[in-house]
Amino acid sequence: MDRVPVLKLGDLLIVSIQIDLQDQSVLALQEDLADKVVETGARGVIIDITAVEIVDSFIGRMLSTIASITRMLDAETIVVGMRPAVAITLVELGLSLGGVRTALNLEKGVALLNHLDGARAVTAR
Amino acid sequence: MTSPSELPISGNSDVVLIRQQVRTVAVEVGLSLVDQTKIVTAASELARNALVYAGGGRVRIEIVHNNVRAGLRLTVSDDGPGIPDIDQALVDGWTTGNGLGLGLSGSRRLVDEFDLRSVPGEGTLITVTKWAR
Repeated sequence: MDRVPVLKLGDLLIVSIQIDLQDQSVLALQEDLADKVVETGARGVIIDITAVEIVDSFIGRMLSTIASITRMLDAETIVVGMRPAVAITLVELGLSLGGVRTALNLEKGVALLNHLDGARAVTAR
Repeated sequence: MTSPSELPISGNSDVVLIRQQVRTVAVEVGLSLVDQTKIVTAASELARNALVYAGGGRVRIEIVHNNVRAGLRLTVSDDGPGIPDIDQALVDGWTTGNGLGLGLSGSRRLVDEFDLRSVPGEGTLITVTKWAR
């Protein structure tokens, strides 16, 4: 089974999925990310799916699960780079990825995380 | 690929192989990028269903023609427990496993033709077709 690498950049974790995802790889990623969020105290996770050709109901559900898990560990997950054909297919499949924040690309994902973090800092004051 | 191919569904890595093979044939048939993505996603759902609910099965991938168009047909079959209530199995959100219950109902929306036959205790045969536009 291929493992998806998790990269740390400042207080962000970045995952770029470059392989054809097997179910086990997705489950392993879920655990790796939960561990890494706690280990590094990351405030955000960005999952780049630019290279992902299809998201089926299993992968989609796992993206939602990862977002819920990291949120519980005080880190927001943003999925970036979804292809238009993947978005169309997901909606037709009946999956709305509820609870998963998305951004068009990595740059916008980082900007969104900074924005969310700013808002959080204000609320906490 | 000129002749139909048949691939086994016996593990998670097979689901990945099936997706890749369906993609190759979808390109060959001339499906649009969106339609390629839809049929590959449907293949992934149906193959995983066969794995999860029947312990495995096989998929036949073939190019078909009607009078005007070419299409890609997938025939997914298994010798599993079968589906007792097909109408119920096709309802969004209905599942006997731990998934989302979108595999069958969602796949049906992704293809042009969908046929499901199942005999309890003998197995399930699902045929789906996507036509090039």
